[in-house]
Amino acid sequence: MFGLDKTDTKLLLIVAVLCLFAPFILNPFPTSSGLAQFNAGYPDLMQRFVIFGIFAVGFNILFGLTGYLSFGHAAFLGVGSYSAVWMFKLLSMNVIPAILLSVLLSGVFALIIGYVSLRRSGIYFSILTLAFAQMSFALAYSVFTPITGGETGLQLALDDPRILGISQTAGGNIPVPALFGLEMRASWDLVLGDWQFTFNAGYYLCALILLAAFYMAIRIFRSPFGMMLRAVKSNQQRMNYTGLNTKPYTLAAFVISGMYAGLAGGLMASMDPLAGAERMQWTASGEVVLMTILGGAGTLIGPVLGAGFIKYFENIFSKLNDNVLHGWFAFMPDGLENLMVTIVHPFVGKGWHLTLGILFMLVVIFLPGGLVEGGQRVGRLFRRRDIKSTGPEAEAAQQRNAAE
Amino acid sequence: MSKSNFTRRGVLRTGAMTAGGLALPTILTAASHSGFTNAPAGATVTLGFNVPQTGPYADEGADELRAYELAVEHLNGGGDGGMMGTFSSNALQGNGILGKKVEYVTGDTQTKSDAARASAKSMIEKDGAIMITGGSSSGVAVAVQALCQEAGVIFMAGLTHSNDTTGKDKRANGFRHFFNSYMSGAALAPVLEKMYGSDRKAYHLTADYNWGYTTEEAVKSSTEAMGWETVNTVKTPLTQTDFSSYIAPVLQSGADVLVLNHYGGNMVNSLTNAVQFGLRDKQVNGKNFEIVVPLYSRLMAKGAGANVKGIFGSTNWHWSLQDEGSKAFVKSFGTKYGFPPSQAAHTCYVQTLLYADAVERAGSFAPCAVAEALEGYEFDGLGNGKTLYRAEDHQCFKDVLVVKGKENPTSDFDLLEIVEVTPASQVTYAPDHPQFSGGALGTCNNGA
Repeated sequence: MFGLDKTDTKLLLIVAVLCLFAPFILNPFPTSSGLAQFNAGYPDLMQRFVIFGIFAVGFNILFGLTGYLSFGHAAFLGVGSYSAVWMFKLLSMNVIPAILLSVLLSGVFALIIGYVSLRRSGIYFSILTLAFAQMSFALAYSVFTPITGGETGLQLALDDPRILGISQTAGGNIPVPALFGLEMRASWDLVLGDWQFTFNAGYYLCALILLAAFYMAIRIFRSPFGMMLRAVKSNQQRMNYTGLNTKPYTLAAFVISGMYAGLAGGLMASMDPLAGAERMQWTASGEVVLMTILGGAGTLIGPVLGAGFIKYFENIFSKLNDNVLHGWFAFMPDGLENLMVTIVHPFVGKGWHLTLGILFMLVVIFLPGGLVEGGQRVGRLFRRRDIKSTGPEAEAAQQRNAAE
Repeated sequence: MSKSNFTRRGVLRTGAMTAGGLALPTILTAASHSGFTNAPAGATVTLGFNVPQTGPYADEGADELRAYELAVEHLNGGGDGGMMGTFSSNALQGNGILGKKVEYVTGDTQTKSDAARASAKSMIEKDGAIMITGGSSSGVAVAVQALCQEAGVIFMAGLTHSNDTTGKDKRANGFRHFFNSYMSGAALAPVLEKMYGSDRKAYHLTADYNWGYTTEEAVKSSTEAMGWETVNTVKTPLTQTDFSSYIAPVLQSGADVLVLNHYGGNMVNSLTNAVQFGLRDKQVNGKNFEIVVPLYSRLMAKGAGANVKGIFGSTNWHWSLQDEGSKAFVKSFGTKYGFPPSQAAHTCYVQTLLYADAVERAGSFAPCAVAEALEGYEFDGLGNGKTLYRAEDHQCFKDVLVVKGKENPTSDFDLLEIVEVTPASQVTYAPDHPQFSGGALGTCNNGA
């Protein structure tokens, strides 16, 4: 389907199904139960899942294929966000022009940074990109305050021109981003017994774009261009010796992944029309590296999983406080309850970084291929014995599979 | 290539599905809609406490959270009632808000506007919070305030000192109890004039972000109005930890006063550097060199240690105040946690009570009704004397404290002494004051 082979089609369909039914999948617990705390199916987090999924998929095109580790990808996210918000301020609240401009501008920005940074490879490249991103952050935070809003972030105001739209609604409020009249924050609730599922317009727009972005990524991975990028990763020197100039390829990969980041930034601003400078900070750049490695660098679906994983921790675990803990352990005798709360306390609430760090270490040590490798191992447990086994038997099974 | 054959059955099936799809939203929306966002349906009402739990202001955040927990306890009738006994309004009964038990959810702002908005959004969308409060930086306050305006819930700002929160970025659904840069400048200037004279040359070091700019502007204009000269203003990066390279030029500039528009860790470091450079022992233009810190907090004074001795600044509230409200609050906070509250804790506690009280008086949780009850509301007994929530910009007007680092502190908490209580009338400004120009309140939003 769509020029993809069987496995890739399956992968795309899996992602599509996951996106479509995310409101159900992420809200498995009834609202009145104590476990509702762990439900993640509310619009803001679902949007974040897919948006950071797009960001990580794009990052993976650069890191997973060429092996160039960019530590400054958040700069493109920021550029995308700022350009989208400026579109909302000047043109109209329609998200299409905003997203288009954010992709375009971040592409131009990536071209400039990439042209300079790609003169070096390895750690020097990483440091150069990091330097550029921190520079952008510092500029956005202070010097460019009139353009970026500085620390406060770029916000919409009641007196923005919005040439093609309205400056303020009839009720005297700032209009909200919309897709030809369909407000991005519009949600419909489906109540089934004790379960509540929320379907949000903005989320489904993001999910559609994620699917398109994911499809593009598959095509790039499977194309001759993608093959060339992989060759750069395995041995760039040899490529140079054979008389091939690799720079246009790596630059193209850099710009493409920068545009993905810009797309993610534009979508973020479309879901929530504010652009803050922190989006460009090195912690944000580091986050996408973590997402990709956690999920599985170089795999297609890994970065999306990694993005979901990190955002889940950031948003759900950080909200567990002592009050909630006492609720959980209330069935225990007092002394034991307090002991349990004391033990769990450092790992939740403000300690969510700690839990995430431990999990990250465990994944990197025991599953070097990321969550995807974990999935594969589990899958292998349930597969036929001849494939599970090692040695000639497995080889034979593989050959037979290939022939089938 | 696709081949299409219309059959009667196919057309009917597609038609039915389309109709079903179009009708779906109307079926699905049946559940919500009660006039405003997150109208509390059961016997409880949820408040969202959005404070920095990690990052540079985590100390303030932790203290804010303590205050919120105390406020919830008091609202639900627990503890000794704290300031509810001294509050001039008697609407609060200690039976929750409008008879509904108060519950709360917490989140981590990380002192980043993005993270703060994400956390506030999850409180509104997932936990059904009817009011969001907290924050320990103006960037966060402004970002969350705009979000609450959009979503249709009330925002009660925590610690935010920048003029913009109730100036150019003010919103109809947002309210600030804390004082601001302008008030700091207006309160400090007369005291500085009295102590240091009206013929001084000031040198500003300013944290390079929004709050720094408004504070610099406020202090500059108030001190210049009384005859001081501003020699130079230098911006320092927010992430700076060593200020020695910024301190050295101060001595060559001919200035005799150094104004540190820094907060939190910035201030602790810059002040320590300045004192280590011996600035305070210098004589310039025949006068003692002096240092001024416009916004003080006890937590910062603790960080800077002995360096704060004798240095002037302003603060919103201090636990050593002797009015009934402050005494009651310090007592119940101290009983529960074993140490006195900070100004951040005070403003957060007061904001929670003010919100609850406004709901009681309005008789409704609807944001517009609550906003109306708060606008132009005059109250007393919450630690700052007579206070007015001005309707034009949702800023509280009350007395401002000018404080000085204590020479002989008796404990870890007894670091500041109150020099003067500047009356509210002296720090009041017109709503269209140039430092607050631009932006509009808009109209209140009840949301869906």
